[in-house]
Formats: sequence, C-alpha cells, structure tokens
Amino acid sequence: MTNSTFILLIVGLPFLSFLLLILSSGSKLTQKVAGQIATLLMAVTFFFAAKLSLNYFASHLTQQTAELLVNYTWLEFGSGLAINMGVLLDSSSSMMLLVVTFISLMVHIFSLGYMHHEERIANYFAFLGLFTFSMLGLILSSNIFQIYIFWELVGVSSFLLIGFYYHKSSAVAAAKKAFIVTRFADLGFLIGILILGYYGESFDFTTLISRLGDVNSPQYKQITMAGFAGIQALSWGLILVFIGGAGKSAMFPLHIWLPDAMEGPTPVSALIHAATMVVAGVFLVARLFPIFTVATAAPLQIITYIGAFSALFAALIACTQTDIKRVLAYSTMSQIGFMMFSLGVIGDNGAGYNASLFHLFTHAFFKSLLFLGAGSIIHYVHSNEMEDMGGLRKKMPLTHISFLIACLAISGIPPFAGFFSKEAILHAAYTSNKMVFFVGIITSFLTAFYMFRLYFTIFWSIPEYPKTNEHGEGTWSMKLPLMVLTLASILVGFIPFSKYVNSNGIPVEGHLEIVFSIGPVLLSIAGILLAAYWFKTANTKPQRLAISMGNAFVWVRNKFYIDQLYLYITKEIVFKYFGKTAAYIDKNLIDGFYLSLAHFTGYFSFFIRGIQSGNVQHYALYFFGGILGLVSLLFYLLSY
Amino acid sequence: MTPVGLPHILFLSSCLFFIGMYGFFTRRNLITILMSLELMLNSVNINFVAFNKYLYPQNLSGIFFTIFIITIAAAEAAVAIAIIINLFRSSNSIDVIDAKEMKH
Amino acid sequence: MNLLLLLILPLISAVAVLVTTTHKQSRTIAAVGSALQLLLCFFLLNQFLDAEKIAGEKVFQFTQHLPWFPSLGIHFDLGVDGISLAMILLTAVVVFAGVLVSFTMEKLHKEFYFLLLLLSLGAYGFFISLDVFAMFFFLEVAVIPKFLLIGIWGSGPKQNSAMKLAIMLMGGSALILVGLLGLYFFSNETGDRTFNLEVLSQFPISYATQLVFFPFLFVGFGVFTALFPFHSWVPDGHSSAPTAASMFLAGISMKLGAYGCLRVATYLMPDAAVYYAPIIILLATIAIFYGAFATLTQTDLKYINAYSSISHCGFVILGIGMLNDIAIRGAIMQMVSHGLMTALFFAAIGMMYQRTHTRLVAQLGGLLKVMPFISAIFIVAGLCSLGLPGFSGFVSEMTIFVGAWSNPNVWYRVATILSCASIVITAVYILRAAGSSVMGPVVNKNYLHLEDATWNEKLAAMVLLAGIVLIGMAPFLLTDLLSPGTEVLLGKITNTL
Repeated sequence: MTNSTFILLIVGLPFLSFLLLILSSGSKLTQKVAGQIATLLMAVTFFFAAKLSLNYFASHLTQQTAELLVNYTWLEFGSGLAINMGVLLDSSSSMMLLVVTFISLMVHIFSLGYMHHEERIANYFAFLGLFTFSMLGLILSSNIFQIYIFWELVGVSSFLLIGFYYHKSSAVAAAKKAFIVTRFADLGFLIGILILGYYGESFDFTTLISRLGDVNSPQYKQITMAGFAGIQALSWGLILVFIGGAGKSAMFPLHIWLPDAMEGPTPVSALIHAATMVVAGVFLVARLFPIFTVATAAPLQIITYIGAFSALFAALIACTQTDIKRVLAYSTMSQIGFMMFSLGVIGDNGAGYNASLFHLFTHAFFKSLLFLGAGSIIHYVHSNEMEDMGGLRKKMPLTHISFLIACLAISGIPPFAGFFSKEAILHAAYTSNKMVFFVGIITSFLTAFYMFRLYFTIFWSIPEYPKTNEHGEGTWSMKLPLMVLTLASILVGFIPFSKYVNSNGIPVEGHLEIVFSIGPVLLSIAGILLAAYWFKTANTKPQRLAISMGNAFVWVRNKFYIDQLYLYITKEIVFKYFGKTAAYIDKNLIDGFYLSLAHFTGYFSFFIRGIQSGNVQHYALYFFGGILGLVSLLFYLLSY
Repeated sequence: MTPVGLPHILFLSSCLFFIGMYGFFTRRNLITILMSLELMLNSVNINFVAFNKYLYPQNLSGIFFTIFIITIAAAEAAVAIAIIINLFRSSNSIDVIDAKEMKH
Repeated sequence: MNLLLLLILPLISAVAVLVTTTHKQSRTIAAVGSALQLLLCFFLLNQFLDAEKIAGEKVFQFTQHLPWFPSLGIHFDLGVDGISLAMILLTAVVVFAGVLVSFTMEKLHKEFYFLLLLLSLGAYGFFISLDVFAMFFFLEVAVIPKFLLIGIWGSGPKQNSAMKLAIMLMGGSALILVGLLGLYFFSNETGDRTFNLEVLSQFPISYATQLVFFPFLFVGFGVFTALFPFHSWVPDGHSSAPTAASMFLAGISMKLGAYGCLRVATYLMPDAAVYYAPIIILLATIAIFYGAFATLTQTDLKYINAYSSISHCGFVILGIGMLNDIAIRGAIMQMVSHGLMTALFFAAIGMMYQRTHTRLVAQLGGLLKVMPFISAIFIVAGLCSLGLPGFSGFVSEMTIFVGAWSNPNVWYRVATILSCASIVITAVYILRAAGSSVMGPVVNKNYLHLEDATWNEKLAAMVLLAGIVLIGMAPFLLTDLLSPGTEVLLGKITNTL
C-alpha cells in the first residue's frame, strides 16, 4: 500500500465512524453496537497510523525531511493564495499521529465500559470519531488555513462532547464557554494567518517556512519592513497565531474554559482536554518554529513568559481545588505551560523545542491515564468531589497502582516517563533563562504536591472506603486501557526522543545530566512528602493552614476571580453596553428615523387635506391669493 | 373740473370689484355670494367698455365681450340659482358653511 | 436551452395552483411545480457547463434578444453567466424548500402558493435579464407578493411590517429608477439610448455621471440587501412573515439587491465604485459589527436570525466594496451560502414555532430531547452561520477575509479585522440561542408530546443542508462556476484602477 492509501484510511475511517453512527443513530441496533463498531474502526486506524509513523521514523532516521504526501487544491483565492488540502508528514506530525490514534483507541475502549449505560451512546461514539478525524486532520495539515479548518472542527467536536449531557444546564454553559473562548482566540489566529499569508504569498507550511524563515528572501524583507504600532508585521503575525494556540492550549488568560470543560464525560476529558486537542497550541507553535526563531525575540519571549506564568498559576490553583477532574484540568494547563515555555526558551541547539515535544509525548500518556483513572474512580464513587472519596486503595487496586504511577510520572520521579521530559525542559530553561527555570522548579514542586494531595486523599486518608459497589472496579474494557497506559507511562521515557524528533535534524546530545537532575527530583520528593504529611491520614492540618493563610487562600481557591472578571466583562459590559446599545439604536434611532419619516408624511398629508376644507369661500380666497401672487411676480419681473 | 378720464372709471370698477370680492368672502348666504359675484362681473364689464372707449375706439371687441359676459352671467345665475335651490332642498339651508360635500 | 422556460414554468404552475379546489391538490401542484423548477435549474447548469466549454471568451450563455419597447430602446435581453446561474440555483432550492415547509398552511392556501410561485418568477426573471429595465421590472414583480404574503399570512404586527417592508423596498426601487434613467440618458448622449447591460458596459460613461448616479443605484439596491442604515425593514419584515416568505426574503430577496449592486452599479460604473468604496466599506463594517451586537440582546429567534442576516449581508457588501477578485468572489459565495443557511435557519425556526407556538428563547428549551431532527437542523444552521468549516459559511467568509486583507490600505485592514471579530460575536449569539432553546432541560412539560419533523419538512431541510454541505466541502465547484463571471466584472474595475 502506498502512503497516500494509508493516509486515506487513517483520516477516513474515523470520519466514516462519525457518518455511520450519526446517520443511523435513530435505530436501536446502532445504539447497541455503536461502541464496538467505532472501537474496531479506531483500532484499524491506529494500526495503519502506527505503521505509517514507524515507517516514517525508520526511513528518516538520519534525515528529517518533511514529506508532502497528498496535496489537493481545495479553494483557490488567487495571487498565489489557496487553501490546499494536503498531508505533511514530518517528525512532529508522525509523533502526534501515533499519540492521537493511540490515546483515541484507549479512550474508545475505556468508553465501551464507561458509557455503556448511556442512551445516546451512538452519538457519543460518533462525536469521538469526528474529533479523532479533525485532530488527525489538524496534525497532518500541510497548509496553515487547513490547520485552521481542522482547528475549528476540533473546537466544535469538543463543544459537542462537553455538551454531551445537554440536558444539564452546567454542561451546556461549559460547552458554550469552551467554544466561545477558543473562538475568540481563533480570531487572533485567523488574522495572524492573513498577515503571514499575505506577506508570505502562500498558505502552505513548507513554502511559508522557506520564505519567511529565510532572512534573505524578498518576502522576509517585506514582512519585516511592514509594521503596525511600532511592531513588525512578522511579530504581529506570529503573536496573533500564538494567541490562537494559547486559546486552544488554555494558556493564561484564555484558560478559563478548560476547568469547566470537565463537565463532559470523563473519557472525553482524557482524550480532548488532556492528551490531544489542548496541546494543539504547542503543536502549532512547533510547526511554525523555524519562523519564530528568525523573527524578533518578542514572540518567543511572550510565549516563554505566558507559558511560565500559566504553569505556576495553574499549579497554585490546582493545590486548592476539590473536584478531582478540575485538579487534573489545572494540572494539564500547568504542564502545557511547561511545553510552551520550553518552546520559548529555545535552549542550546533546539533543546527547548525537542524537550517540549518530548513532554507533549509523555504527558499524553500519563495525563490520559490520570483522567481514565479518575473516570474509573468516578464510576465507582459516583461523585467528582474529593471529600466523597478516601481509602479506595483496597477497593480499586488496579486503579490505585496505575494512578500512583501516573502521579509519579507527572511529578518527575525517575524512572517514569515524566522525569525524562521534564528534566529536559528544565535543563533547556536553565541554559537560557534562569528566571523561567526557577518558575519551572517551583511549579514542579507544586505539581508533586498537588498530585499527591489528590492521590492520598483518594486512596488513603481514611482506612477503607465505606461502600462496596456491585459493579466493582469496572469491566475489562475499562481496566485494559489503564494497564496499557500504565505500561506506557513507565516506558516511553526511555525512547531516545531527540533522535527522532528535533527542530533542525541534529539530535540533542546528552540532555540527561545526573548532577543537574538531583535538585529537581529532590524537590519533587519533598512535595510528595509534604502531601503525605498533610493528607495521608484524615486530619485538620490542611484546614488550619488554609485558614491561617487567610485571603490568599480564598483568592487562589476562587481561581483569582478570573472567571468572575470575564463574566463581568461579557455580561455587564459587552451585553449591557454594546448589545443593548446597538439594539436600542436600531429600535429607536434608525427605526425611529424611518418611523418619524412616515409620521411626517402623515402629518404633511393631513395638512394638505386641511386646505381642501370644502368651503367655497376658502377656495376663492386661494384663487384670488394665487392671482395676487402671480400679478406681483409679473410686476416684479417686469420691473427689471 | 377735469373731464372724466380712464383712471376715474378704472377706480370705480376696481371699487366695485373689491366690494364684490369682499362680499364674496364674507357673506354666508349663497344668494348674496352670487350677487357679489355679479358685482365683480359687472366691474369687469365696465373695464371692458372703458378700455374699448379710451384705448381702441375704432374696435368693438370690448363691447362684444361685455355683451358676451352679460349673457354668460345670466346663464350662470340661472345655473347657480338652480344649484342653490337644489341645495336648499337637500340640506334645508343655503348657508355656504353647510355646503361642504365637496371636501376631500 | 431557452431561458424563457424559467419564466414559463413558474407561471404555469402558479396558474395551475389557482384552479385547484382542495388544499391537497394545491400543495401537490406547488410542490411538483417547484420540484420541476429545481430539475430545470440543474438541467440548465448541466447545459451551461457544456456550453461554457465551447463558448471561449463569451461569458453569457443562452442569450436572447426579444423586443419589448423597441422605440425606447428597451428590449428583453436574456442570458446567464456563472454568477446568475448560482443565484438561479439558489432560488430554485429555496423555493422548493419553502413550498415543502408550508404544507400545513391554514388559510387561503391557493393564494399562498400562487404568490410564492410568483415570487420565484420575479427572482428568475431578475437573474436572467441582461437588460436593466427588465431587471427593474422583475424586481418590482417580486415586491408586491411579499407585501401580501406578510400582510395576510404573517404573525405579530403583520400589517405594520408588511407596510414598512413594501414602502422601504419601493423607496429603494425609486432610487434605482432614478439611477437607471440617469444611465439611460447620460451614458451615450450622442447615439442610441439603451438599457442593455452589455452595451451599456461598453459605453464610456463620464466620471461626473458616474459620481452622480452610482449612489442612487447602489443605495437603491442596497435597501434590498439591508445596507446600513437602510436595513430597518429587515427585522420586522422577517419576523412577521410566514416561514416560507421569511425563507424567500432572507434567502433570495436580499440577494436580489446584492446582485444588483454588483451587476448594475459596480459593473457599469467602476470609477464611481472606486470613488465611493471607502464609504461602502464603512457602511458594511458598521452593518456587520452593529448587526452582530444588536443580535446579542434579541429574545425572539426570528429577530435573532433577522439581525444576523444584516450582519451576514454586510459581508457581501464588504466583499463588493473591496473591489478585488477574491473579495467579490467571496461576496457572491456569501450570497449563495447565506441564502441557503438563513433559509434553513428560518425553516427550523418555523417548524419549532408551528409546534410550540412561541419563538421566545426563554420559553423554549430542551427541544433536542423532544424533536431531535428539528433541533439538530437548528444547531447545524447555527454552526453554518457562525462559519464552521465544512459548511458553506466558512469558505465564503474566509474568501472575503482573504480578499479584503489583500488590500493594503490600513483602514481597509481595520475594517477587515472588525469584520473578522464579528464572527466571535456570531458564535456568542448563535450558541446562546442554541444553548437555551434546544439544549438544556425541557422547560415546558407540554412540549414533551410534540412530534418531530414530518417527511416534507425533513426533505426541505435535507435539500438545503445538501447545498450547504456541498459548498462547504467542495468549494471549488462553486468557485469554478463563478470565476469567469467575476473575471469579467473585475476586468472592468482593474482597467479603471
């Protein structure tokens, strides 16, 4: 089979799953077998994707060239601009291909057990198929406009899945919020595309990169000459594109949708809001990385600082949340912050780029494991709140082990996956930007702390969970993904990642330095110990500490009131001052103008009508008045 | 004592005309209005005769017009009185205020 | 193919409807008539694509030259190019869907279908005419039925809305007439006077004449297409009209104006178009932005869609105002796309209204559980409206944006950015409407027993949806159809720049 057949199958099968299930969602039979069909199709997709991606890595081990497998002009604008539907396979997209199909398969399998009692299971799997299709389209895009198209499509599948329980108002609100916030960010992305496309005279990634990533090209000269408000057009374009990425990747201050998105079914959170869609922003920046590196420092600095700030900010909030999915959501935001600042700091010889994608890779496994574990816990306890849990380690041994390993992985304890990628990031930051490095260190301490706070509260805290659930830990379909992902979380760190994926074709040498690693690992262990001290057994120490911190704690727990701020801006300012004003102007000023025009016409006609009084003498008066007027006019004219 | 000239006659006719006009505007009885109308017509007649006499004595067209107008006025008076009588029959009044069917 | 068939077929079916006796008969005839129109249009498309291959340079196909008032230089000239063909197809689809959704018309059904078919006659006539006087004639043919449709079968303050719509559109027509007479008398002061579009376009119309008469034509046609600030008939007219009439109004009638702006005003007087472009763009940007904001606080679904139509038609005007190939092509794509999308939206709203007897967002809720098909259609129409890729709205808006951006003027770029920003507001109001009317818990227990769409409504929705998805998935089909026409339009403008 040729590669383009592979691609057709990889992208086509999830879409087929979507079409098949959504069109037949009315029938009873579909509802029964929807999960099996979708999972089967996904398994086939994964098989081909793995094959394609491994083929790529096998054949491009020494030379990292991008392959344009498919290219089809979809919408031609003219003057060199066109939206081409193509498939660009390079190291990062091959890696993503593997991650997305693998996690999606795991989530499909998990959902078989988790969602089996749902009424609209066919719709659920259809939307999962749509999402997988769009996500694959996104990572394989060869054209910046194509990526925007799939970018929107993952947004809408995310909307549909968050709002899957559409009869719950909170789910609908969360879905709306997620869509609107990311849409707002996408506005930046769109304008960025317009700027880059206009000056680069193309939307294709390869052409764009070869033109704008080359300081000697005429396009590069032109885009750096142009500017607005004292900033180069190139910087504008890149910053705006990054805003789009920041929206999808839940970077501060566009992060507010991610915690609410946890209203969706838990497997969805594992797939979309932990492993794949939320890292699209990182992927986007990585795609345009060659352009970022030749531009002025501003865009990358913005990325660095926003990433670092988001990492710390989210870690702080995560320490105070009580809903386990929200803790995981903030943790996701924090980890994506890591990936972002790692891209921003560049590092020696592209170490930052490499570390970032490595972290993206490992994070996908352990974070989806955490979410699926959380799903299995929620399935057992029927609650998201940490206070309803405790002592679960005996009731759910498998979940316990896998959750523990995932926690160790995310905290950066060797030899689990997170350790390798996080050390690489910290090292890259250490060599380029000390301040960001310190933020990273503090954040990884906090990460270890809040993850183990979660772990201890759920699985220890009280001697044993009081209730026994007849369905136990879950079906085999829920256990299998947990086991596979646990295995992955242990092993993937050992992959010599930089050999396969790097920014410039040269593997980053020796990113693992034992001496350097001691400090961060010790800090993480300290975080774990602190969490154990406070949360291993039920006690009042945490509450007392929280009270002693006073308002600071309240602020953090309320997420620094950012949501309220947004709500205030939209409800009180946009709606009240813009929306209401526009409606008022329309109703009273513009419509009023036409209405008064009509009224005026009415009055005028009434006035004219009054002249026709019916009284002969009045008519005679007008008659003689007219004659008088005419005569005086005649005299006036004749006198000249 | 100056002889009676054109201006004197014109003065008389315009007096007559405005008296008629005044009557036409102020009277409410249709018969009186008709009489005022006749006054105005007569002032015109005087004008015609006077202009004919003083300006173009060799022509007779002014006289002809006068006779023509007198005839028309008679016919008109007949028609007008017929209308007034009919009006009186239908609305029991010959007050001009009451005759407003022509409105709008 | 003889284009007169496009006029004869609606006429025959309209007359045939009048002689029926029962509702079943009349609606069958109307449905069959409109289905035949649809088939005829597809046949025309097929023939056109064949003819285009061998035509070479000639843009207008199937041209005919029939005398009308030859002494005055008025002829009935017919012909279609890709642009008008796209509009004709749009008309056929919308009218077919409109007849299908009005199967449960309660009163005066014969007259209703008659007027609806008459409207389609007007629209076809307008699009196939190559004589500006004939265009004007058919534009007027399409106004009066609207007045009656709203005034008789409407809801709410229907008389008022019908009056407002008819008077404002007549006002627009008056302006158009002035512009047309200006063209007629001043385009070729020495030679023969004519209304023929192609002949007029060859005349060197003087700059002063263009400057004087362009605003008349542009604003006159602009009234039809909700050009700010002449849009005030749109919200009331759309919301009072019966479903099929709303679909026609927003789907086709507003496009008549935009087509006129492009084909008559801009094409014949390109110098003036260049001169007035900043004002046009300003008005379009205001319409886009302000329409979107005004939609935010509406509570009636039909008002939401009506105001959003103002905003969406603003994109069309913006594309025309940018006066470049990409933007104008985008404007025409937006005309087609908006026509289909808004018709689908109104159809869904109409189906919901017919069952729940309310259009207020607050009184609806949870309809997805009760009538999944209608609600899904509503959501899909909403997603198309907010420009989701895969639907037609996306490709047309993006084409306009790319075209608008390629104009390096800073103020034009500000206008472009503002227009781009409006798609965020669109997302807000669409999701707000969808979130509280079809999602969420079921508000009213009485809704639980309501039925989902019937076969005719499903068919109507599917036909419209097919168009939307086809354009959204394969936009090259539409752009290939439009390109020769836009090149001719643009050829004239670029000559003057």
